[in-house]
Amino acid sequence: MKIAIASGKGGTGKTTLATNLASYLAETQKVVLSDLDVEEPNSGLFIKGNLIHKEDKYKMIPEWIEDKCTLCGICQKVCNFHAVIQLGPQILVFPELCHACFACSELCPTNALPMIPKKMGVLKHFQINNLSFVESRLDIGEEQAVPLISQTQKYIDEHFSEDVIKLFDAPPGTSCPVIEATKDADFVILITEPTPFGLHDMKLAVDTMKELKKDCAVVVNRFGIGNDDVLDYCEKENIPILAKIPNDRNVAELYSRGELVYQKIPEVKQQLENVKDYILKLEEGGRK
Amino acid sequence: MKIAFTTKGTEWDSMMDPRFGRTEFILIYDEEKDELTNFDNQAIEGEAHGAGPKTAQKLFELNPDVLITGNGPGGNAATVLEKAGMKIYIGAGDMSAKEAYNTFKNNKLKKF
Amino acid sequence: MKEIVIISGKGGTGKTSITASYAYLGGKNIVVADCDVDAADMHLLMKPDFKISEDFYSGELAKIDQDKCISCGKCADVCRFDAIPIINNQYIVDPLNCEGCGYCARVCPTDAITNESLNVGKSYISTTKVGSTMAHAKLGIGADNSGKLVAKVKNEAKKIAEENKKDFIVVDGSPGIGCPVVSSLSGANFVVLVTEPSVSGLHDLKRVYELVKKFKIKAGCIINKFDINKKVTKEIKEFLDKENIVHLINLPYDENFTKAMTIGQTIVEYDQNELSKLVASSWEKVKELVS
Repeated sequence: MKIAIASGKGGTGKTTLATNLASYLAETQKVVLSDLDVEEPNSGLFIKGNLIHKEDKYKMIPEWIEDKCTLCGICQKVCNFHAVIQLGPQILVFPELCHACFACSELCPTNALPMIPKKMGVLKHFQINNLSFVESRLDIGEEQAVPLISQTQKYIDEHFSEDVIKLFDAPPGTSCPVIEATKDADFVILITEPTPFGLHDMKLAVDTMKELKKDCAVVVNRFGIGNDDVLDYCEKENIPILAKIPNDRNVAELYSRGELVYQKIPEVKQQLENVKDYILKLEEGGRK
Repeated sequence: MKIAFTTKGTEWDSMMDPRFGRTEFILIYDEEKDELTNFDNQAIEGEAHGAGPKTAQKLFELNPDVLITGNGPGGNAATVLEKAGMKIYIGAGDMSAKEAYNTFKNNKLKKF
Repeated sequence: MKEIVIISGKGGTGKTSITASYAYLGGKNIVVADCDVDAADMHLLMKPDFKISEDFYSGELAKIDQDKCISCGKCADVCRFDAIPIINNQYIVDPLNCEGCGYCARVCPTDAITNESLNVGKSYISTTKVGSTMAHAKLGIGADNSGKLVAKVKNEAKKIAEENKKDFIVVDGSPGIGCPVVSSLSGANFVVLVTEPSVSGLHDLKRVYELVKKFKIKAGCIINKFDINKKVTKEIKEFLDKENIVHLINLPYDENFTKAMTIGQTIVEYDQNELSKLVASSWEKVKELVS
């Protein structure tokens, strides 16, 4: 079972939910949490395990071989991203702008731009009891999150069996990286706040999930502030609300120190129980 | 000496464009010939990404000795200009091209 | 005319609430630009009228003319993004996977593939509830924010500010550390960094400041919810000292921020007490520092 945790905007409690839920589920079963917010992976600040594996992740970029180059200029003409530029008698490659489409490399008449691997980030795999935690971190200056997200998912597929519950902490927003992080999920949990900002951004996320034909449900964070518009919207749209995490200054304080919330605040644990029940039911349904 | 300015227009009185990659014009002053020419860079507006390297490439072709701009080029563009051996002076974003030139001549601009 | 950009790196730190407060305090004397197009929320507080709208195009998408296609499959072979599957014996472009690299069109022997400019959303010029002008945008699903869109929004704002001789442009900057935020910062006179004292807040502040430093723009910092973690607040202050960033103000954890937002107001309208004064004093400080 693959569950993605997403939100229309940052700062609504996505990482809080992902880390607490993963840790709570792991009290009774095998769970892997994967932080796919590769530009700002923060889950690792809350989950401390033993590092059991680490690997560099690569993307392919062209490398200029001066001796073979005739300076015909085809490479810079075919690059839609200005990642290859001819500067007088030399060719410059900008790896951060490269989308690895291979056009410059394969259309070069003299094979002067072979594709070579370039490090774009690091994947780390941690373990604490039942809980595995896999995070990938994009190197500073790299702009393409999608290839790293897709390679991280591949790692999860190869290293964990079907019966392990897989949680994905998706990047915020509704752009390509979010789509990449949620498109393989069986089910998406959207987290939001009961405020006009929260509602507005959640609607965008719901529309995105509809476009991807994903089932989704909502967890309301900071329940008690704001108004009922989020609840009304979910009812109208037939989106189940799995949990309402109470608005509590203590939650913010625990989060700020990098601590798990549910271990200290029983009401939060209770709400996570609701989410767990829902997931287990889904899993049962899936097996039948 | 040839001096390039990132500007919003084609005259000495035109305001500087503080941006590098997405500058509207590049103004070139050739001191020996006392001649002011310009390059219209407005097509850059159509580029989603990579505006910096693209403009830097243009500048490379124009081949000035000095570039005067506002905030300074980003990482990618800086790489290109470094290769070209161009001297870059920044902090002229709020001036007219003329003021920027005078300030440069008085050694009052910061080197990038 | 001075351009002030507010950024945060991490979401949920109160960046938009602060930007909108400045926009409110500045009144008609400023132009507002919402460059946080991924989660453009400022309109909820500034109530713009969406008066002038324009389709916005960014990037390209391959399109196959089925009449010209001879189903040779070369396009699908070269596509590294699995964006050209065969559906009902026809090669079709999957718009969610297509990166717009244009490689397929270059190898098609019958010129059946063209690259179409991609309509990714709309940009707007509006009048806000305080009578000021606001430039903003809305992105479609799966569309990426880009330097181009940010530049467009900022350009509109600048043009209007110049024509009408306004003193300031206040920009709600883009999140993250990629191309959009570079474009948000480009041309700015002053940057306001909004952060919170959490482990992730400090982490993201450092990351985004690397970028600000590259552009050599003067910066100030607001520590929001400073009282939820005094230890990290102290660490942030040390970081500000070390980097010569002006510490603009500490704001306490206060639910009035949320209460104000809930009724579509900025904090300076809603709260007549201490909080409002703090935000207003930071705006005065910013104005002073920028001129």
